[in-house]
Formats: sequence, C-alpha cells, structure tokens
Amino acid sequence: MTAGRGLRPYLSFFRIRFLCGMQYRTAALAGIATQFAWGAMNLLAYRAFYAADPSAFPMTLEQISCYVWFNQAFLTLFMLWFLDADIFAAIRDGGVAYELIRPLDLYRIWFVKNLATRAAKVTLRCLPILVVACVLPKPYGLTLPVSAAAFLLFLVTMLLALVLVVAFCMLIYITTFYTMNPLGVRIVATSMCEFLCGAIVPIPFMPDGLRRVIELTPFAAMQNLPFRIYSGDIAGTELVQGIVLQLFWIAALILLGRLMMRHALRRVVVQGG
Amino acid sequence: MIELNRICKTFRVAQRSAGMREAAKALFRRTYSEIHALQDVSFCIGDGEMVGYIGPNGAGKSSTIKVMSGILTPDSGSCVIDGCVPWRDRQAHAANIGVVFGQRSQLWWDVPVIDSFELIRDIYRVDEGLYRQSLDELTELLDLSSILRTPTRQLSLGQRMRCEIAASLIHRPRILFLDEPTIGLDAVSKLAVRDFIRRINRERGTTVILTTHDMQDIEALTERIILIGRGRILLDGTLDALKARHSTLRQITVAFTAGTPSPADRPLPAGFSLISASEDRVTVAIDTEIVSVSDAIEGLTRGVDVRDLSVAGQSTDELVVSLYEEFRI
Amino acid sequence: MKLYLRYFSIHFKSQMQYKTSFFLTLLGQFLTAFSTFLGIWVMFTRFRAVDGFTYTEVSLCYAVVLMAFSLAETFFRGFDTFPRMIGNGEFDRILVRPRSPIFQVLAAKIEFSRLGRLLQAVLVFAWAIPRSGVDWNAANLATLVGMILSGTFVFAGLFLLYAGICFYTLEGLEVMNIFTDGGREFGRYPLSVYGEGVLRFLTYIVPLALFLYYPFLALLGRSESLLHRICPAFALLFLLPCYLFWRIGLRHYQSTGS
Repeated sequence: MTAGRGLRPYLSFFRIRFLCGMQYRTAALAGIATQFAWGAMNLLAYRAFYAADPSAFPMTLEQISCYVWFNQAFLTLFMLWFLDADIFAAIRDGGVAYELIRPLDLYRIWFVKNLATRAAKVTLRCLPILVVACVLPKPYGLTLPVSAAAFLLFLVTMLLALVLVVAFCMLIYITTFYTMNPLGVRIVATSMCEFLCGAIVPIPFMPDGLRRVIELTPFAAMQNLPFRIYSGDIAGTELVQGIVLQLFWIAALILLGRLMMRHALRRVVVQGG
Repeated sequence: MIELNRICKTFRVAQRSAGMREAAKALFRRTYSEIHALQDVSFCIGDGEMVGYIGPNGAGKSSTIKVMSGILTPDSGSCVIDGCVPWRDRQAHAANIGVVFGQRSQLWWDVPVIDSFELIRDIYRVDEGLYRQSLDELTELLDLSSILRTPTRQLSLGQRMRCEIAASLIHRPRILFLDEPTIGLDAVSKLAVRDFIRRINRERGTTVILTTHDMQDIEALTERIILIGRGRILLDGTLDALKARHSTLRQITVAFTAGTPSPADRPLPAGFSLISASEDRVTVAIDTEIVSVSDAIEGLTRGVDVRDLSVAGQSTDELVVSLYEEFRI
Repeated sequence: MKLYLRYFSIHFKSQMQYKTSFFLTLLGQFLTAFSTFLGIWVMFTRFRAVDGFTYTEVSLCYAVVLMAFSLAETFFRGFDTFPRMIGNGEFDRILVRPRSPIFQVLAAKIEFSRLGRLLQAVLVFAWAIPRSGVDWNAANLATLVGMILSGTFVFAGLFLLYAGICFYTLEGLEVMNIFTDGGREFGRYPLSVYGEGVLRFLTYIVPLALFLYYPFLALLGRSESLLHRICPAFALLFLLPCYLFWRIGLRHYQSTGS
C-alpha cells in the first residue's frame, strides 16, 4: 500500500511523458520507415560480406538478421545518444532548483522520465518493424526464438539492458553538474559508445583482442546480450556470465550515479544554484 | 494606400483531446474543425495614417497582418497596397513594408546589433549613403549610439525593442506593421517607443498599423481604431467618437480645505450623483447629456476653497472591455 | 554573393562566441564519422574484399560520400532546421523580405562545426588516394572532383525536398534521413553491394549512384564508358524536381499559414 502510494508520482511522470511521446504520429510513421530501410540496407551489406567469404562470418545469416532487426526495432530503447534536452537545460540554467523543491527523489524522477520517453517511442515503433521482419523470407527475416527459455531470458535481459542504458545516461547528465558544458561528455558518449555497444557492427565481428575487452564492459551488457540470446548466439555458461555481468554493472552504475548526484546536489545547494 | 475588400480565410485545425485512449485513437483518425479566421474583412487606410488594430487573442489580427504583408493568401477577397497585391508580388511588396513582430527577434543573438543592421542593409539593397543617413537618424531618435556595438543577447528588453524597430526601418518602408511593439516593456521604454512611432509617422509620413493589447498605446498613438472579433470587423472609427458613443459619464473629484464649506452641502441638481464624500474630498458622477462638464465644475466649486480638482472619463481599457462585452467576443 | 558573404561572416562571428562548444561539436562530428570508419575497419579485419572491392577502394568511396555530404551539410543545411523556422515564425520574417526565400533559408544556417566530418574525409582521402592503385591523371582527378561537387548538390537537393515536405507536415520528416544520413552511411560501400534493385533505385529515383557508383567504376578502371565518367553531371538534373516541389510547398504554406 505504502509502496503503491510512494510510486504514484513517478507513475504519473511516466504517464505524462508517455502521452507526450505518443503525440507525434507522423514522426513515428516516418521513423518506422526509416528504421526499416536502415535495417534492410545493413542486412544487404552483411549479405554481400557473407557472399564474399562465408567462413569468416562469425554468425549465421539468421542470427545477424535477428540482430539487425532488433537493433532497428528497439533503437529508441537502447540508443545512448538519446538524451533529454530538458534535463540538460535544467542543470545549466539552475531550473534544477525547482525540481529539488518537490518532495521526490531527483535521481528517480529523471530515471523514470528517461524510461518513459524511451518506452513511448519504442511502443509506437517496434511492432510494425517486427511484424514486417517476421514475414520476410528466410534467412533475412526474424526467426522464432531458439527456445522458450531463450525467449524468456531475452525479455528479462532486454528489461535489464534498458535499465542499464538509462543508468549510464544518468551518469552523463550528472557529469554536466561538474562541467556545465554537456557537449564534451555527450560527444564521447554518442560517438564512441555506440560503436562499443555493437550498434554499428555487432560485437562478434570485432577483432579478438578488442572483443574480449569490450565483453567485460557495461557496453556488452546492453543490446548485445538480449539480441544474441534470442537467436541462440549466446547460450550456456556464456549466457550466465553475461547476465551476472549485466546485474553487476546495473548495480555499479546506479550506485555510482547516486553517489555522484548526492555530491553534485550538495555543491549546487552550497553554491545557491 | 491600403485597400482590403471582403477578405475571407478559413483554416482547418486538428482537434486533440486528453487521455490515453484518445491519444491512441488520434493515431489513426483525426477530427478537424474549421476556423473562420477572417470573414468579409474590408477597410481602407490612407497614406500617412496611423491605425490601431485591436481585438482579443485569436480574433484575426495576425491573420490580417499576414495577409497585408504577403505571407498569407486569403481564400477570397482582394487586397491592394500601393498598387501591389501582397501575396502575388510578395518580394516587390516586401521592399515597401517594415514589420515588427513584438515577440520575435530579427536581430542576431550573438553578434553586435550593428552587424545585424548591416546584414539587413544588404538584404534590402539599401545603398550606402541612404543607409548612413537612415542609421544616423534612427540612432539619434532611438538613442542607440551606446548600444550599437553590444551583442543582442546582452541588451535589455527595452533596448532590444528599440533596435528591432530601427531594424525594420532601415530601408525606409512606406508602411510599418507593428505587432505588439510595447509588450513587456517598462514605462520609460514604452514612452520612448511611442514617441518614436509618432515622430516617424509625422516626419516621414510612414503609414503605421499597430496591433496591441496595451490601450495606452492606442490612446497615445492612434486617432483611428479598427476592432476585430471572431474574424469580423466590428467597428471602425476614431477613438473619440467611440468614447463619446460609449460613455456619457464623467467623474469629478473636488478636494478642498477641511472645515470649509463642502460642495456636498448643497443638494445636487439633476444629472449629478454623489459617489463619495469625506471632510476634505467629494466625488460626483455627472451625465454629460444633461449637464456639461464646465457647468458642472462651476456649480460644484462655487464658494468652495478648492485645493485640487480632477475630471475622469471612462478609461480606454474600460472602453474596450465594454466593447468586447457589447459584441460578445 | 556579397550578401552571402555577409551572412557567412555573421555566422562565423556568432559561432566564435562559443569557442568551446564549437570545437567540441567539431570533435563530435569527427568522432561520429570516425566510428563509421571504425566499422569499415572492423569488417575488413575479417574480410579481404566485398563484392570485389578492397579495403582501400571502399575507403575511397567512403571519403567521397563523406566529403560531399559534409560540404552540403555545412552550406545547405539551413533546410535542416527548417521545421523550427516554420514553427517559431522565423520563416514569416523571411517572407516579408525582398529576397528569394531559398537563398535566405540557405543562408540562415551555416554550420562550420560540420567541417569536422570534412576533416575526417580529408584524412581518409589522404590515406586512401595513394594506396588505391588509381592512376591519378587529369581525367581521374577531374572525375573525383566532379563526384564530390555533384554529390554536394544532390544532397542539397534532398535537403530542399525535405524542407518542401515541411510545408505540409510542419514538422521534420525523419523519413528523408534514409536518403541524406542514410546516403552518407550506406554510401561507404560501393552501392552495387546492396544488390541490383537498390542500385537501380539509387540510379533512377534518388540519384546517389550517379555521383557515387558509376564514376567510381571509371575511376578504378573497371569501366571504360565515358557515360559513367560524366554521370555526375546528370545527377544535377535531380535539383529540378526538388525545386519544383519546394515551390508548390511554398504556395501551400502561403494558403494555409502556420
């Protein structure tokens, strides 16, 4: 009961954000078309590489197809450069002081805000892409998951990956308290992290040394994990390791974020905003 | 010469309603409603006139300005300004008009004002000699010399508005549209802006069309006002005529030395009604249809040791409120 | 032209007011382009060639499309912020001025920080040109320059088309990114990689292949056809329908207002 009441303000935030996101109908339609085209073009390129040398291809065509379609369908859920301009503005012009007045936990508000924006965007966009991807001919379409267990784990790790991505974004917001110019941090996050989390080229394609390093970072626990669990590319001990690592990074990033936030807010209050 | 004849314009707007289910529904079908922004709008403004164009929000003021400046093509009706049809000869027409949108800036935010002016000079192809002359004139009239080298973002609102107006006049337009030019300004800046507008109108003979919610602007600047409501012209006439028509009541307040005879000691004749009386101050309302203001003053002050006296009519603000009420807009 | 230079200098002054942001954005543009290049590198650590094109050849192709795009983006991307211009009434201001709206929109935004991509393109060129095995005679050099210039204008045409659509939707239509940002991203591989159908579409409908693919074949010596070499000139015809669409859109805007 208390838990329900305590959560209500956050749910309310979620709802408002979600509705705002739903307003943009044409944008959503256009987004679906764009993402479909990008997925198709990507896939065609992978096909050409496969044709050039099948033995050098680290996944099956079915697996890369699933990966590419999921990547497009859930783009707005996982993309790291999708940051909330309002939050940056609030930090820079001191509007954050108003948010501090409310009897709510700022870290949690921002967290929920981000979850909601991403969820709203993805709700509108993912289904059409997934449906079309399902009816595409083999091996370019979306196949069924390798097993019911894999599907279940896919859903669980998706959710965890979303939490991880938002926890990571929170760090970007919070560093803005210190640098006051959000651009620098943002830029590194938007360019290199995309590469590291496998949004440009899936992690299995990377050269071995680089791949082993990336697999230990939080980036490998984002979209890489669920997408590859679905198609059976990650299974067995590798899967268990992956989930353990994912949980570890979620805990670590949230802890780090909260500590940094507390420190940053103390500074803001001392400086008088 | 500006002539508008039976201008009509209808917009279609999508309707949105609240709630989760409605949002989902709107994804697939939207309902539209028609808004008649302008209906049979006709008026005629002569060269060198200064006209106040008033009406509540959404009445059609900015649509009319848009039609007259060539941004909007009406559904029907004609508009001829100095021989040009604004939306057909837009670029030629643009050289003859200046537009100040009170809420939007045409100055570049991060560079000194003078850079924006020079850009505008090049946009309007003003030759150097004329530009110098215009600039000197505007600098002097609007007192810009100290702020020309300051970036726009560091200007106060009043300073910025003065620069905005100057920017719209560099090319010496024959017609000036002012859309809420004094919005948000402090009293000193308002006076400066009004004074300047009056001078430009008198000295250059620029035709000025002014939309505003500030009735003091209207009172200070314009002889003639046009009232629009729900897309229709409701009234077109001089401010005085309107006032006369709408109000025959005046309030006269007499302050006098306490302890001496009061104007309220005598019974008040017809046409007078007592509003308030204290030991040194009496306020009386008179109906000017029954008694003239001068007779009333004479009657009230006879044998009274007057220290101060004031006559107040209905303020323009009250006038407009009563107009809006009359036309239910 | 004088007026354009005036805009140019005023943009430059404005952007130099925020030097830190400017250089960070420049860096960002560079890094984003770099991560795409990393993607190419990763693929070629596993594969020796794709559709018969080697790493250096693909790099050359990427440099061409990146340079054309970044030039277009620097000088023609006023159209990119066009939905905002319509939304906040800035476009109305443009309409009350005695100059061509296209020119004013174009001059309303000159993004020097986009040159970060150009820098990336220059570096990739510097790396790929000597290694590509192309005989850099006058004809080939002219072809390369023609490809880049033609590409710049094709992208500019796409931006114009995007703005034309905004007149109807009043918001940006992300779908156009398929051809603008998409053109940049997918142009990194010679377009035949994507198969016959895509190549045909990109030849006849949205003529990316006319400046990117056919003259590229001529450059690598895989085609002797003069027609392939002068393809970039034909690509410019694409500007015509884009311009017409803009005109129609403008008329629509003037009849509906905002």
